[in-house]
Amino acid sequence: MNTTTTTDASAQPFVDVRGLQVNYHTRSGERLLAVADMDFQLRQGEFCVIVGPSGCGKSTLLKVLAGLVQHTAGEGRIGSQPMGVTRDDIGFVFQNATLLPWLTILGNVLLPLRVQRRPDKAQWEARARELLQVVGLGDFADRYPAELSGGMQQRVGMARALVHDPQLLLMDEPFGALDALTRETMNAELQRIWLLKQKAVVFVTHSISEAVFLADRIIVMSARPGRVLADIRVDLPRPRDMVGMDSVRFAEYSRQVRTYLYAKEPT
Amino acid sequence: MNPNSKAFRILAPLLLFVVLIGAWEAAVNVFKIQQLILPKPSEVLNAIIQGFKSGVYSKHLAVTAQEVVIGYALGVSFGIALGTPIALSRTFEVMVYPYLLALQTMPKIALAPLMMIWVGFGIESKILITMIVAIFPVLVNVIVGLRAVESDRIALIRSLKGGAWDELIWVRLPSAAPYIFAGMKTSVVLALLGAIAAEFVGAEAGLGYLMSQLMFKLDTPGVFAILVVLSVIGVSLYLLADWAHRKTVFWDAAAHEPWTPKQ
Repeated sequence: MNTTTTTDASAQPFVDVRGLQVNYHTRSGERLLAVADMDFQLRQGEFCVIVGPSGCGKSTLLKVLAGLVQHTAGEGRIGSQPMGVTRDDIGFVFQNATLLPWLTILGNVLLPLRVQRRPDKAQWEARARELLQVVGLGDFADRYPAELSGGMQQRVGMARALVHDPQLLLMDEPFGALDALTRETMNAELQRIWLLKQKAVVFVTHSISEAVFLADRIIVMSARPGRVLADIRVDLPRPRDMVGMDSVRFAEYSRQVRTYLYAKEPT
Repeated sequence: MNPNSKAFRILAPLLLFVVLIGAWEAAVNVFKIQQLILPKPSEVLNAIIQGFKSGVYSKHLAVTAQEVVIGYALGVSFGIALGTPIALSRTFEVMVYPYLLALQTMPKIALAPLMMIWVGFGIESKILITMIVAIFPVLVNVIVGLRAVESDRIALIRSLKGGAWDELIWVRLPSAAPYIFAGMKTSVVLALLGAIAAEFVGAEAGLGYLMSQLMFKLDTPGVFAILVVLSVIGVSLYLLADWAHRKTVFWDAAAHEPWTPKQ
């Protein structure tokens, strides 16, 4: 492992994965190559969006980073720790908000602190309430998830992913189940929160416009087995707004992503 | 009258009750059926009143109630305690599964004579039978419930570096609660059945014992009276379990569906 003690954080990527390969065993016992030989780097505070066709291993990469899935080959590290173990310094946002229906909204946001038995118990609630304010749900702390709309539930999901102040936010198509308008609102919300908190984010999506709107960098992946087709730096000023999504530069980035996605792959 | 209104849902079954009881009373009178074969509802009511007035019911009811409550509580506790390791450990499951299957398919009331030999004709043997009968619906539902957890909920706990204990406490047990309560509702009815059947086999007191005594005396109204008392107890126990279900698992939509007894 890399043990260089450098003080310059920008010189070393925060996440560094090399030669990642992941095999899946299907129910019939067949071995499936989900990710083949993938390199992936992420800087501190960087917003990286991964797009690619269904089943290209985008979500698998997130699960490997979270330590939920074991990789077959390759090596990597997050911060100073090797990859492949579960960690207490990531926040995971799922496609379905995955709130626990028997806990209040506040209880759901507090979950990471409780599971990790963090110190300063007295400050937990203040922290959770502050984050609910940030995601615009300050008045809903004592409600139950079933009383909230899909978009509101996903806001709670974001607050929960941030409450333990993680270094890395992993988002697995978090707005995929929302209607188009709510989705755009949530994108703007996420950008606002990210500008506030400056976390490193890996965000998986199928939506090209979502990718261009949110990303510092877009990684385009091939169909299974997933490989990196392109790594595009999105150089649009922030905060970006929905109206600006019609601009020429925005369209140019979208076109670029599409070119890679729909290019005929050499065989 | 709107068939969904609350008043109708109470009045309609009541009306049917009155009609059926009236028909029964009339049929016995018209066809001159012997009391030994089928007593009149009025005679059954009389027997119930007598039973309570004389203090006979309260004595036997107390015994049966103890058997049911203690046996049921033990059965539910063992069901949860045994089901949890089976659901969580494949090794443990493989080890005990054949025996569980054998026990479950076996008519457990058939164990009653053996229990009498082992612990006597007192309340203890009835408690044991009640417990054995009550275990299985809970056990099976605990296993199904602890396993039927949304995989994302488990991933959530793991993504926070939570261990197996955190999974159990934060996700698996609450997720399984609706299943466990469904099992408990089935068990509560079986528990009463178990206690009464065990008392038939051999007892010194209890409503089942009282009923077999009355049968020997060919006191059919008395037997009917106890049947009525038993069904009132059964319904009350079920409603109590159902109420606990709705209060505890308040997030479970199925908990708010109308009354559906399962056997």
